Amino acid sequence: MKIAFFPGCMVDMFYPQVGMAAVEVLERLGCEVELPEEQTCCGQIFLNSGYVEDVKPFARQIVDAYEKYDTIVSLSGSCMYAIMSDYTDILADDPMYRDRHAKMAKNFYEFTDFIVNKLGVTDVHAHFEGKVTYHKSCHLTRLLGVKEPPLKLLEGVHGLELVEMEHADRCCGFGGTFSVKEPEISKEIVDEKCQNIIDSGADAVCGADIACLMNIKGRMERLKEEGKLPRDIQVLHIAEILNS
Amino acid sequence: MITPVIYDDAPLRERVTKCLQDDFKHNAIKQAQEALGSKRSQLVAEMPEWENLREAAKVIRQHVTDNLDYYLKEFVENTTARGNKVHFAPTADDALCEILDIFAEHNATSCVKSKSMMTEEMGLNSVLEEATIKVVETDCAEHIIQTAEDKPSHIVVPGLHFTRKEIAELYRQKKGYTGSDVPEEITHFLRDILREEFLTADIGIRGCNFAVAETGSVTLVTNEGNGRMIGTCPKTQIIVLGIDRLVPDLESLDVMCSLLARNAVGAKMTAYFCMDSGPARADEGDGPTDVHIVIMDNGRSDLIDTDFEDMLRCMRCGACLNTCPVYRHITGHGYGSIYPGPMGIIMSANLEGYDNIGSMPYACTLCGACSEDCPSKIPLHEMIRQHRINMVEEGRVPAAEQAAYKAAAKVLSTKPLYLAALKVGSFGMKPLCAIEESGQIGAKTAGIPLVKNWTESRNLDPLPATRFRTQFAKHKKESGEN
Repeated sequence: MKIAFFPGCMVDMFYPQVGMAAVEVLERLGCEVELPEEQTCCGQIFLNSGYVEDVKPFARQIVDAYEKYDTIVSLSGSCMYAIMSDYTDILADDPMYRDRHAKMAKNFYEFTDFIVNKLGVTDVHAHFEGKVTYHKSCHLTRLLGVKEPPLKLLEGVHGLELVEMEHADRCCGFGGTFSVKEPEISKEIVDEKCQNIIDSGADAVCGADIACLMNIKGRMERLKEEGKLPRDIQVLHIAEILNS
Repeated sequence: MITPVIYDDAPLRERVTKCLQDDFKHNAIKQAQEALGSKRSQLVAEMPEWENLREAAKVIRQHVTDNLDYYLKEFVENTTARGNKVHFAPTADDALCEILDIFAEHNATSCVKSKSMMTEEMGLNSVLEEATIKVVETDCAEHIIQTAEDKPSHIVVPGLHFTRKEIAELYRQKKGYTGSDVPEEITHFLRDILREEFLTADIGIRGCNFAVAETGSVTLVTNEGNGRMIGTCPKTQIIVLGIDRLVPDLESLDVMCSLLARNAVGAKMTAYFCMDSGPARADEGDGPTDVHIVIMDNGRSDLIDTDFEDMLRCMRCGACLNTCPVYRHITGHGYGSIYPGPMGIIMSANLEGYDNIGSMPYACTLCGACSEDCPSKIPLHEMIRQHRINMVEEGRVPAAEQAAYKAAAKVLSTKPLYLAALKVGSFGMKPLCAIEESGQIGAKTAGIPLVKNWTESRNLDPLPATRFRTQFAKHKKESGEN
């Protein structure tokens, strides 16, 4: 199956290894992965800060880049929700793009949802030793409604023991520019998230949206430097676990 | 500017810092959220029809908004027929005038009140006190707050931030209490002093959770029974009703009541539910003889046909506060408004305008937990974002910030600029930021304002030398060669 891949700009910029892990998993499952050249970022971060006018070029660019594909796999639930839902309003007054967007949006699948529900696979023949807890990213879980697929895939990983943390679906405190606009509040929220991860007994925390993981990882590593982390805890994207 | 709604106009950052320094308050709200949240979840799990109920509440509340003139007329006709006197108040000031007129008409010099957000919104207590009228709040938490001259930290449970030690000490100093800090003992003391107030006050003032158009009845949901005492004792009653409080009939009232207590306090129902349908009839021994209903608009009808119309479905249950990850830490006082949390951000902006709310709409991660729990399915987080959009469009964010966002948007949406910026970034970050031994950007970075806000509490992975797209292209080339 030929698919277009949407990595999200944070994977492109900061975490290329996460994008490559996802690509390798998809290829192992028989997908022919393409990456449209022109795409950069979905612009959600600007939208959520209130700069709706400035998001229009992003929206048009995404439509231009992806409209020719029947199947598009997104590695970010948060970006995908913006593309599928928010773009509808953003492009509502744009006769050149409105209908093309509507057609394209139907072809989007979130990475884990695609594997489980489109490919019908829950065991990707991955092997990962240890206890893993899963952070339920807000937009992926609540807005996009992708709840079960990541858990099913983790349950299918050989050697992996899935443990649930308290309040797994509570926000990590990232919130896009919230993390730098209101750093004091953001810190309190991510501290509780880290504590819940620690208390779960997990050796690793994983999630399916890189932005939350960047936030959790950044705080975890600081706690480690400050001697406040009782043991090493890896922070991994689910694609990295599925590719192990 | 300080108004009845905005009680603390310090910048958001300042309020937040102050709240985070108060460990007791911080923990009290966290514990309350845990307790209310887990009780609510249990009740929701017991009700397979929960989502249907939410949908029903949404439809009913929206139907009333869509036909507000019809239901207002029906309610007024029916409640007047039952002997209640209706006063329309387009603004908070109009409501205050109506209420003062009622006091003057009865030569009244004292009143007892049950908890009412509408009276808070119009700043009734201070206006009555200026008119030398004695005002006694009779809801336990409101009485504590009134005695302490403090502000509520939650719309449903306003006194969460007090310890029992503080409460006992407060009553010792202000009311001559001599007992211990055992809650039951304090409550007994309060009961004693309040009983006298109920029996002697000239006027009773109450809020109203829902008004039923079909029957002309007003309802009040309480846990302490003080609201019922007010409805029973003083001969003259004033009931303050928001125009968004109407339900068509008793059947729709049932839907609201099924949701209200479960969402507000994690209980199937509250201890007291009062439904009043007019003053005492000639053959009835007790009850008020003169009942006034003040219907206040105060900007609510202006929301119809705007991006914020859905807010008229709000039933003030506090479910959004009880699940909000930001409210959890900054508490009600962090918002500086009588309406805190997600619903509070929206209501405060709607009531006060952007001039008077500072950066309150940015005290939100847009996680959507509020919208998920809201019993009448208000897309709260989307409306908070809409307030941000409006603030940007009206030029209410600092010019430097606006310029930075616009420049960043241009770079990120233009591929050649995007790639060039990343190239510069991956080399440039190293000398600009202090790279720790771990290879990460750590606490020592102080030069770049936004980076500093991140690195104060978190490490940051530096931009790697190659992009995902570069690695992917290489991978495709290699697999093509094989």
